[in-house]
Amino acid sequence: MSQHHLILRIISKILIPPILLYAFYVQFHGDFGPGGGFQAGVIFAVGIILYALVFGLEGAQKVAPPSVVQVFMAFGVLLYAGVGVATLLLGGNFLSYDVLHPDLAHHSGQHYGILAVELGVGITVASVMISLFYSFAGRNAEIDDEDW
Amino acid sequence: MDLGTSIDIVLLAFLLICAVAIVFIRDLFSVVMVAGAYSLLSAMFFVNLDAVDVAFTEAAVGAGISTVLMLGGLMLTSRREKKPKGRQPIFPLLVVLSTGAALVYATFDMPDFGDPNSPANSYVGIDYIEATEKQIDVPNIVTAVLASYRGYDTLGETVVVFTAGLGVMVLLGIGFAGGAPASRKEEDDA
Repeated sequence: MSQHHLILRIISKILIPPILLYAFYVQFHGDFGPGGGFQAGVIFAVGIILYALVFGLEGAQKVAPPSVVQVFMAFGVLLYAGVGVATLLLGGNFLSYDVLHPDLAHHSGQHYGILAVELGVGITVASVMISLFYSFAGRNAEIDDEDW
Repeated sequence: MDLGTSIDIVLLAFLLICAVAIVFIRDLFSVVMVAGAYSLLSAMFFVNLDAVDVAFTEAAVGAGISTVLMLGGLMLTSRREKKPKGRQPIFPLLVVLSTGAALVYATFDMPDFGDPNSPANSYVGIDYIEATEKQIDVPNIVTAVLASYRGYDTLGETVVVFTAGLGVMVLLGIGFAGGAPASRKEEDDA
């Protein structure tokens, strides 16, 4: 992309790493504070989309290729449902996480189960949001300077 | 009047101003921006109701990604809304007004905010609050309900998000960069 918007590009470069890091914090801290997979997925996607807006769609698609994003869309759902199947195979009901870990006194099974399904939600939401943006943005040429 | 109520009134007043502004503004870029502000104000309103998880989602989804996607949609269409032709239709206004009046009338039957005897605070809600510590043992009860007690529902929601993504991809294409029809850029260079 051209050398315009220097301030925008510098500020984005400073902001994108904390945004992605914050997404992971929200993802894995959802048991203890507000947040969880849905919010974390959206925040992660915003990091990628911000990159695409400022540095161009092609640059962003080198980082997160559409084919990979599509695979992750399905992978998140499969991870969530897979946890359910795993609990079935371990002798419990579908998505009853207690059977995942023998330490019933500390409810470790519940903690692992919630962590895994939230991760599945986060992966699917992030990939769907990135993919939605690609679908919209891929229909245009680059954003012109006067359109900012 | 306590501080929380005053903040509520100010936020709701701003929400109303935003909503009216969205109806009257014809410049679609401004409409998207005001809609983003509307979402942020809603998020603040939810924080004031102590619903931080909902507020977080509203801020991230409503104000954040929706605004960006609306701007993406705006790139595919014109920048200004057309003025309606002919005289203003009366019938839709009547429908909207009567629906609004019915909704306001329905709020008279709603329980007070925080009423311990309201349906939301009796029955299963109490059970979740009491049982989460013994059965799940995570500090955030919202997460316990969402991911464990209501794990089926959340699986369904995740599938809905996935399906919505598939639907948009079917309608608009996968969105490879460079696969777009050549447009304005080339005209500008010439």
